[in-house]
Amino acid sequence: MIYLDNAATTKVSEEVFEAMKPYFCEQYANPSAIYSFAGKSMKAVDEARKNIADFIGAQPNEIYFTAGGSESDNWAIKAAAEAYKTKGKHIITSTIEHHAVLHTCQYLEKQGYEVTYVNVDEDGVIRLDELEAAIRPDTILITIMTANNEIGTIQPIKEIGALAKRKGILFHTDAVQAYGHIPLNVDEQSIDMLSASGHKFYGPKGIGILYIRKGVRIGSFVHGGAQERSRRAGTHNTSGIVGMGTAALLAAERLQERSAKEIELRDYLIRRVLAEVPYSRLNGHMTDRLPNNANFCFRFIEGESLLILLDQQGICASSGSACTSGSLDPSHVLLAIGLPHEIAHGSLRLTLSEEVTKEDIDFTVDAIKTIVERLRSMSPLYEDFCKKGEV
Amino acid sequence: MYSEKVMDHFNNPRNVGEIENPSGVGTVGNAKCGDIMRMYLDIDDNGIIQEAKFKTFGCGAAVATSSMATELVKGRTVQQALEVTNKAVMEALDGLPPVKVHCSLLAEEAIHAALWDYAEKNNITIEGLEKPVSDIEEKIEEEY
Repeated sequence: MIYLDNAATTKVSEEVFEAMKPYFCEQYANPSAIYSFAGKSMKAVDEARKNIADFIGAQPNEIYFTAGGSESDNWAIKAAAEAYKTKGKHIITSTIEHHAVLHTCQYLEKQGYEVTYVNVDEDGVIRLDELEAAIRPDTILITIMTANNEIGTIQPIKEIGALAKRKGILFHTDAVQAYGHIPLNVDEQSIDMLSASGHKFYGPKGIGILYIRKGVRIGSFVHGGAQERSRRAGTHNTSGIVGMGTAALLAAERLQERSAKEIELRDYLIRRVLAEVPYSRLNGHMTDRLPNNANFCFRFIEGESLLILLDQQGICASSGSACTSGSLDPSHVLLAIGLPHEIAHGSLRLTLSEEVTKEDIDFTVDAIKTIVERLRSMSPLYEDFCKKGEV
Repeated sequence: MYSEKVMDHFNNPRNVGEIENPSGVGTVGNAKCGDIMRMYLDIDDNGIIQEAKFKTFGCGAAVATSSMATELVKGRTVQQALEVTNKAVMEALDGLPPVKVHCSLLAEEAIHAALWDYAEKNNITIEGLEKPVSDIEEKIEEEY
């Protein structure tokens, strides 16, 4: 099997799994308990918190554990909207956010908030002039993702953060795809709140964090206990926290090496596909993109068919086609970068890990070539294209 | 997610291709939604479908339903072909996931569109056949 869907989730690394193991059957105590048996668990939670904070240049007491990226996004946006509603009810986000952000914003619209969805350019980069122009006296929050989950484009977070700071507006970023993969610093990038998730960088599923800058006064999202400085109730997911902390430590140690290897393979994959598959295009920015992300469109074919045939070759990938989303519309991200529907339907996302080899990439590209050719041979769109020679 | 029969017809689609100078050809669906089916029919003087071919842009279910639809109309009379409904296509494939039911509707429409073209070319009326709604060629004509 060749696993190229690491943006969906990653394998838990062996070191992470080893670090987690004692917290199931041995150190199972509730970290909040008073007896000494629980002390070790709380110590492990604190250590993980520090490692996670270090990766983004934050203080440990600014890290709040959650159940994952979606919860963190929901918390940041809804709680900020609640806390700042006397100042205003206007929120700015982008058209290419993850649904955890988009659907939360849509929910707030129903509650009487106004949301501006700033457009992106053809590479998926936020239009900074449009963002600045969208700011109003009643704007209370800007939420823009650090890097896009589909096309991998990395946003100019430092510029966005500086703008928000200058205007005195709270800035949240969904860094679920970026954390552990690219350098981040909440002070240099003027980030007030940041969401991250453990399972996107070789940690376990079901654990995430929300970074909340000291002084940002947003309320609790989950009520019921004094955990996380009374801002997020619920017994600590000790093993998950330890796993995410270990993954953060490893990510910090190996960031350079890991991303250099991934970028080399990613660019090799992109070069081969664009050169060897006719009528293909790369989606997302050529260089300002996540080290492990490649996203293509192949004209005249549909993504789900491509995925099924790749699966039969043992290749796990994903697509932004309507068929994989359960609706009739293809990915909102591909439409936002200006692709027509019929081209957006033929998308393929390949996301690498540190375990992927050049041989894997070669095998995958060869498979894509054969499959695309086969699907085109049965595509009426391709038939028309060949006969008419038109777009 | 898909039945074995769907997978079989997706992996080994029957009757893929084109027919030169077909008795009838129809294209249905739209690229916006991600499904386009084109069906070619060769119908002899006795009104029997001698050959059926298809080309499809779409998901696994779209390919499988097109393939099954061609199988179901081959060797049948025009009237019998009209009775090949989306339900018949689905049943022959041992069912489809709920989100893919529209693919079988498209297959039924593709048959109708090809038959409509055949009727128009031969200036005949096929009893019970209505002008297919999502015929791409028809839509283009309407726009002009």
